[in-house]
Amino acid sequence: MATNLQTPAPYHNNFLREVEERVEEGEWVKMCMQCGVCAGSCPFGPHWEHSPQKIFMMIRAGKREEVLTSDAMWMCTSCYNCVVRCPRQLPITHIMHGLASYAHRLGLVPKGQPTHEFATMFWNNLAKKGRVNELKLTLALYFKDGLVAGIKTVVLAKRLNPMEIFGGHAIKDLKGFQAIIAKAREIEDKKQGLTG
Amino acid sequence: MAKKEYAFYPGCSSQLKASASNYLTSVNSMCKTLDVKLTEIPDWNCCSASIGYCEGGELPRLAINARNFAQAETHLPGQDIVATCAACWLSARETKDRLDGSAQLMKETNEALAAAGLHYNAEVEIRHMVEVLIEDFGYEELKKSMKKSLEGIKFAGYVGCQTNRPFGISGESFENPLYLDKLVETFGGEALTKYDQKVACCGGALAFSEPEKSQKQIRDIVESAYDHGAEMIVTPCPLCQANVEVYQSEINKKQGTKFNMPVLYYSQLMTVAYGGSMKDAGLDGQLIRAEKLEKITAK
Ligand code: SF4
Ligand code: SF4
Ligand code: SF4
Ligand code: SF4
Repeated sequence: MATNLQTPAPYHNNFLREVEERVEEGEWVKMCMQCGVCAGSCPFGPHWEHSPQKIFMMIRAGKREEVLTSDAMWMCTSCYNCVVRCPRQLPITHIMHGLASYAHRLGLVPKGQPTHEFATMFWNNLAKKGRVNELKLTLALYFKDGLVAGIKTVVLAKRLNPMEIFGGHAIKDLKGFQAIIAKAREIEDKKQGLTG
Repeated sequence: MAKKEYAFYPGCSSQLKASASNYLTSVNSMCKTLDVKLTEIPDWNCCSASIGYCEGGELPRLAINARNFAQAETHLPGQDIVATCAACWLSARETKDRLDGSAQLMKETNEALAAAGLHYNAEVEIRHMVEVLIEDFGYEELKKSMKKSLEGIKFAGYVGCQTNRPFGISGESFENPLYLDKLVETFGGEALTKYDQKVACCGGALAFSEPEKSQKQIRDIVESAYDHGAEMIVTPCPLCQANVEVYQSEINKKQGTKFNMPVLYYSQLMTVAYGGSMKDAGLDGQLIRAEKLEKITAK
C-alpha cells in the first residue's frame, strides 16, 4: 500500500475535490454550513481532536495532512446523532467513515490507533470465513472470569489476538464471497486512483 | 391467523452456542406463538456492521450485503428480509438505499456479485423484527396470545442508536421513540416514562477499542435506569445488550458502583408473557439473572 502524503497529481492541491471524488459521500462536504450542531452530537465528543464540523472546515481549507492523519474519525461510534440533527442532512457518519477508510488506504493513520486496529482485524476476520462468530458468548465468559484489564491494553500488548474470541463457522461459498470482495475492491481502488 | 413467512437474516449472534443465544432462542419461541415462519437466508454472510468501514470501504461493504439480498431473492422469492440485530438491519437498509439511489453503484455491485455468479434485482424489503411485530401484527394483536402478565416489573426501555437513527421505526421520534415502552405495557409491565439515556449510544464496537470512553456511556445508561426506578433494562439490539450487561461488573470493580441490572431483549419479555419457560425465553443465558422474570415463568 502506498504511503502518500503528497496530493495526487489530478488535484493540484485541491483537497476538497480530492475528497469529493475519492471519499465515500465526500461530495456532501461542500454543503456544510458550519452551524456546529454535529460538533455537540458525538458521544466521545470531548475526546475528538477535531469535530466533524471542524474536519469539514479543514477540508475546505485544504488541510490535507491534518485531516487524514487526525485521530478524530476513529472516535466515531456510528451513533447517527449527527445525521438526524444536521440541518443540511449531510451523511456525516459515512463521511467520517469514508475519510477514515481513505486515510487507511493511503497508510496515513496514526500508529497504534486502537479503533483502526480493531476495525481492520474485524474485517479481516469476517473476510476469512464470511461470518463473525461467537462474539458474545466468549466475551461474556471472558468478563465473567474477571480477566479483563481493558481490551485495549491487551490488544496493544499483543498478549492476545482479540480475534481469538470470534470462533468460526465458514459460509459454504467462501470462494464466491471472497471473489465478490476482490472484485469490489478492484473497482473501488480504480475509482480512488489507488491502482492503474 | 395465517402463517407469516420471512427471509431471516440472523446475523452473527445466531452463531452462538445455545447457552448464550438468548436472543435467537427467545425470537424463535416468540415466533412460534405468533405463527411466524423464519427461513434463514441460505448461506448468508456477515454484514460487516458499521465497524467494517475501515478495511471494507464502500463498494466491498455494499457488495457483501447485496450478496445476502441476492440469495434471498433467489431462494426465498417474495419474502421480506427480517433482521433481529439492529446493526445488521441498519447495514442492510443502508445498502438497499444506497443502491436504489445510484445506478452507478448498483452496476458496480452487480459486477462484483457476478464474480460469484449472483445478481441482485433490487426486489427485497429489509425489516427489523420490531417492525414485523408492530406493523404486521400491532400491539393489540400481539396481546391476544398473552398468558401471563409482566405486572409489577419496571423496565427501562433502552432503544440505543441503530434501530432509531438514521431510519428509525416508522412513526417514532428520534428523541423519544416509544415502541419498547409500548411493548412493555402491552404485556402488563411498567415502562419508565422518564429515562434520559433511552437513545444514548453505548459506544458500540468501540467498547473494544476505547473501553474507558465506552464504559462512561454504559455507566450513564445503567445509572439513569436505576435513578428512575427500573429493575431491568430492555433492548432491541444484541450489541447494546452485550455492552450494557457485560461491562457492569467491570465498572463496579473500577468505580465502586453496585450495578447488577438484568438486560433483556423485548423477545424475552414476550416469550415469558406468552407462557414460555425460562429456557424458551433464554433467561438461562443471562449473565445477570432476571429473577423476577424467572419467577413469572415458574408461576
Ligand atoms: S450539523 Fe451539518 S451543517 Fe452543521 S456543522 Fe455539522 S455538518 Fe455542517
Ligand atoms: S455518528 Fe460519529 S460523527 Fe456522528 S455523532 Fe455519532 S460519533 Fe459523532
Ligand atoms: S451487525 Fe454484527 S452481529 Fe449483525 S451480522 Fe453484522 S457483524 Fe454480525
Ligand atoms: S446503542 Fe450501542 S449497540 Fe446499540 S446501536 Fe448504539 S452503539 Fe450500537
